[in-house]
Amino acid sequence: MIDTTTKRLALFNFWIAFGSFALASVFGMYQVLERSGLLKFIESPAVYFASVSTHGVLMAFVLTTFFIMGFGYYTATTSLKTPIWNPVLAWAGYAVSLTGVVLAAIPLLLGKASVLYTFYPPIQANVLFYIGATLLVVGSWFWTVIMIVMFNKWKKAHPGETVPLPMFATTTNAYLWAWTSVGVALESVFQLLPWSLGLVDTIDVGLARTLFAWTLHPIVYFWLIPAYIALYSYVPIAAGGKLFSDKLARVAFLMILVFGLPIGFHHLYMDPQQSNIAKFGHMVGTFAVALPTLLTGFTVIASLEMAGRKRGGKGLFGWIGALPWQNPMVLAAILSLLMLVLGGFGGMVNASYAMNAMVHNTAWVPGHFHLIFAGTVVTMYLAVAYHLWPKLCGKQLFSNDLALTQLWTWFVGMAIMTTPWHVLGLLGMPRRISSVQYNSLLTLAWEPYELLMIIGGLVLLGSAGLFVYILFKTQTEGVVDASITEEAAIVADAPVSSWLNNFIPWNLLILGLMMLSYGWPILQFFVLKTYNPTAWGY
Amino acid sequence: MNPNSWISKIRSRLGLCEQDLQIEHLEKNWLYVAAAMVAFMVVILGIGALFLHLNPPSHWETIESPSLHLSAEFAEDKLGVQPTTLPDGTIQVTLVAARYGFYPREIFVPVDKNIQFRIASLDVIHGAHIPMTNMGTMILPGHVSEVTTVFPKPGEYPLLCNEYCGMGHDHMWSKVTVLTQDEWAAHKTGGKQP
Repeated sequence: MIDTTTKRLALFNFWIAFGSFALASVFGMYQVLERSGLLKFIESPAVYFASVSTHGVLMAFVLTTFFIMGFGYYTATTSLKTPIWNPVLAWAGYAVSLTGVVLAAIPLLLGKASVLYTFYPPIQANVLFYIGATLLVVGSWFWTVIMIVMFNKWKKAHPGETVPLPMFATTTNAYLWAWTSVGVALESVFQLLPWSLGLVDTIDVGLARTLFAWTLHPIVYFWLIPAYIALYSYVPIAAGGKLFSDKLARVAFLMILVFGLPIGFHHLYMDPQQSNIAKFGHMVGTFAVALPTLLTGFTVIASLEMAGRKRGGKGLFGWIGALPWQNPMVLAAILSLLMLVLGGFGGMVNASYAMNAMVHNTAWVPGHFHLIFAGTVVTMYLAVAYHLWPKLCGKQLFSNDLALTQLWTWFVGMAIMTTPWHVLGLLGMPRRISSVQYNSLLTLAWEPYELLMIIGGLVLLGSAGLFVYILFKTQTEGVVDASITEEAAIVADAPVSSWLNNFIPWNLLILGLMMLSYGWPILQFFVLKTYNPTAWGY
Repeated sequence: MNPNSWISKIRSRLGLCEQDLQIEHLEKNWLYVAAAMVAFMVVILGIGALFLHLNPPSHWETIESPSLHLSAEFAEDKLGVQPTTLPDGTIQVTLVAARYGFYPREIFVPVDKNIQFRIASLDVIHGAHIPMTNMGTMILPGHVSEVTTVFPKPGEYPLLCNEYCGMGHDHMWSKVTVLTQDEWAAHKTGGKQP
């Protein structure tokens, strides 16, 4: 049985995550509508940029962080079969993170922090925004510590045994997050906070962008790993089969951890302050990190095929039809992988060094990351919620059919919205504008695609609303069902060596790689002369 | 496998289990395919970088933004298409990016020639992009950005800001007209904007 502390912790974290998700979806809908220029009376750069900033912070930082914390607590207790180590610390982390969200939300909603979620100085936001964002990260470190301690305690109590895959992956994510968050934490503590408090007048923008890039790429793997945990641990069982290879799953997670970190400069390809040598090195790493994703695609699809054949599917493709499409977890996995394939191709273009110049900061980029993040990652978050809510509440899911409808509409809406977005990018539309003001014939080609995006936005908003409705109804009116049990344990199919069962060598390897890829690029700002600007409003 | 072979010795030295290295053959083949795809792309991009000089616009050169108007290169009367070309025939264009435009607001350049843009920001971070071309660079206050390109097609292009720079960001653009070789020859004033 799942103990009450875990249930409460998971549910409290999840509700912050999904509440933010629903709210941010409303902002998203407003943005596609405002941007299209269809309704003149809602056009307002001030409201638009406040909205974009809030949407980005809620989706990328609040939804993800709280979901990952809640899911981590659940995964740790169910896969290790031990209660949470130090629940007080867990609640303290929750409180710190939540305080951060509230503090950041105040200036965001008042339009006093319209600096977008990438907060590139020297445009300056209200100091509360930076304090809030910092506290959100600090709170998540409590979770990081708890995960690592639980991993180590379990290993000490079970010498020679292999840590169950879900917990191994969760701990990978905890280490990944510890490394990832250092960049933005340094930027925040040594640059943004003293500068926004008025203790220093100027800020080194090149350094700030470099530190932010440190965080900006691996953070997407922090968001992605829970989706992969579901793909590896829940999907094969939900489909009626078993995981094709537990060992390669561990290899994939470790590869994400090692290669995912030292590659942030593909966000800075177009920047002047970093050398081509550094950029090329980060590019090689960016392509290397495609390997674990290609491996994951193979393993998960192979697991699905085994399940499909076990259910009587015949022929080259017959097993696909034989899969239980009525199971939200299986459906989500299929839709999620489809979007991962398409988004992955787009990602290759972005990653391609000089070729990125054609699409840099165009509408292609949000098109790409909505496909990968809102498509692949969030779809799996939704499926995990449908999977866990009955277990956390002890009640049956309110309606399986509605859940399937919700997943399909999310997929269709995302397809309708991101396809025109990619096309707009290729047609040269920049990403962060609130209206089209260029006196150029080129802009006429943009209009139909912008209108199409509104339809996508409407479908997505409806789908997001339906999702929260299903969760709420399950919790309040679901049929009480004592037979809903916890996770079936996923036993490792073969014992693995200590290389695939601990993190010390990998952390040392990362340390070396990080010094290699970020050493001089950061040091140069202290060695070479820079002229730092003062703060600007917006 | 022979326990005395050198591979086995390395394995035992590293503490790798036999199971670690037993990978299903389909999976192994897929790993090879995936690694080959990744390697192929990196090699192609490497060849492009080394031999075709297809690189992103990296350029370390710092400048004091608040005194751009006093600098030899970025003073207002020095901006635009430069009257003299570089030794290799490259035409230099000097621009200041400032809320909300690229100054001068209108420039004329020829088709099929190397054009080198040198851009400095007066205030915040901007991004320059000419849609449908590879002319693009970020512009950071305190740094000079440099990017060289060739425009293959004549016509009017917007040079637009592609990084959020404030409430007027939507309006930040300037006009670049790419002239045919004949038009460029007739464009007597060279670069001095009317």
